[in-house]
Amino acid sequence: MGLLSKKDSKLILDPLADNNPITIQVLGICSALAITAQLKPSIVMAISVIFVLGVGNVVISLLRNVIPSKIRIIVQLIVVATLVIMVDQVLKAYAYELSKELSVFIGLIITNCIIMGRFEAFALGNGPWKSFLDGIGNALGYGVILIIVGFFRELLGSGTLFGIKVLGDSVEKTGLYAIGYENNGFMVLPPMALIVVGIIIWVQRSKNKALIEEN
Amino acid sequence: MEHVELFFKSVFVDNMVFAYFLGMCSYLAVSKKVSTAVGLGAAVIFVLTVTVPLNWLLDQYILQEGALSWLGAEYAEYDLSFLSFILFIATIATMVQLVEIVVERFSPALYNSLGIFLPLIAVNCAILGGSLFMQSREIESFSLALNYGFSSGIGWFLAILAIAAIREKIRYSNVPAPLRGLGITFIITGLMAIGFMSFGGMLTGGDDAPEVSEAGTAQIENTSEESAKELAQNETSEVSEITAQ
Repeated sequence: MGLLSKKDSKLILDPLADNNPITIQVLGICSALAITAQLKPSIVMAISVIFVLGVGNVVISLLRNVIPSKIRIIVQLIVVATLVIMVDQVLKAYAYELSKELSVFIGLIITNCIIMGRFEAFALGNGPWKSFLDGIGNALGYGVILIIVGFFRELLGSGTLFGIKVLGDSVEKTGLYAIGYENNGFMVLPPMALIVVGIIIWVQRSKNKALIEEN
Repeated sequence: MEHVELFFKSVFVDNMVFAYFLGMCSYLAVSKKVSTAVGLGAAVIFVLTVTVPLNWLLDQYILQEGALSWLGAEYAEYDLSFLSFILFIATIATMVQLVEIVVERFSPALYNSLGIFLPLIAVNCAILGGSLFMQSREIESFSLALNYGFSSGIGWFLAILAIAAIREKIRYSNVPAPLRGLGITFIITGLMAIGFMSFGGMLTGGDDAPEVSEAGTAQIENTSEESAKELAQNETSEVSEITAQ
């Protein structure tokens, strides 16, 4: 990356793996689990969070010397709420079906801890450009987990990706279904999201022993 | 009857944590000890009971389409529902601040036990989630909204109490090292959620068709319908095979 200095690219790359907001910082789990039954809503959610966190971080960082620290939470909430209303209105206008499917979870980006967490931990103490990179990086780290979970849940649960039947037709018994493969309907239900994330954490921490917690 | 049904539905069937994963961040962060979990749980019940009915009033008299008609006929066609996020979150943040001040003034003991959790709650997804679900489910009356807020809070309280108790015990078990802490908590929560799913049949046991109110359950409904169709087709094809033989 010629455009970014080494420090700057670290801001983007770190949250993707070793400092991932979901699996390491434990932020933003609420929405990550609820909408990952399929790949498409997961990607829309990831893009929405990238937008809100990237822009929000810049706004908070520009305002950081003006906001009185006592009421900063309310100011932060108002900034996020405004951005989320924008996302919500855009989705309602151009992808109505999808916005129905995501129901309240677009609104819940406001209280997504990832956003408040990054505002508090980073944007309040750093300049706009750095905050922007930090926001994008963390939102990408969040999006990556969302997409992994969405991929497995849709593939194993309904045998489709983006609604396309990649494993063959389960009704007409083509593809994998011809040799007796069955969809695991359980993957679509909410509890499996938790277990899939648990397994991702397991894999990640077995690869990188430094991340293992004390009991 | 309506009230009893809503109460059980919000506590068990639509449990905030196990069915919608709301408030997971604080659920995972503050569940290491039972005593702190009880403190946070109590604060969540309290704040939900206050904010859901308040936001219901806001929704009914300011935000909904035509809600402003009490101001006069010329305001009757305004639809301010796009402002609901910002108004709901402002109500919640203000209420939390207010509750904190009042509790500090009148009950220092309660403040000391709840105090540190109250600011955390303003950004707990379960609180805003409660208000947003209240809006999207179109809860009819003020008392039902009050009931909904209170019972969702109870559901959340039960969930965090249970996981905190399990985590206290699991400290003495030999969990695989990479799963320690966060990983095993996720998996336990998943298993508990599977357990809570069994409550799903509780209210739909009668002759009524199961009520589908949310997008998530609607999807599940769809997939189960699809699999039912598959099954039906399998059977018919089998039958036709048999008759062919």
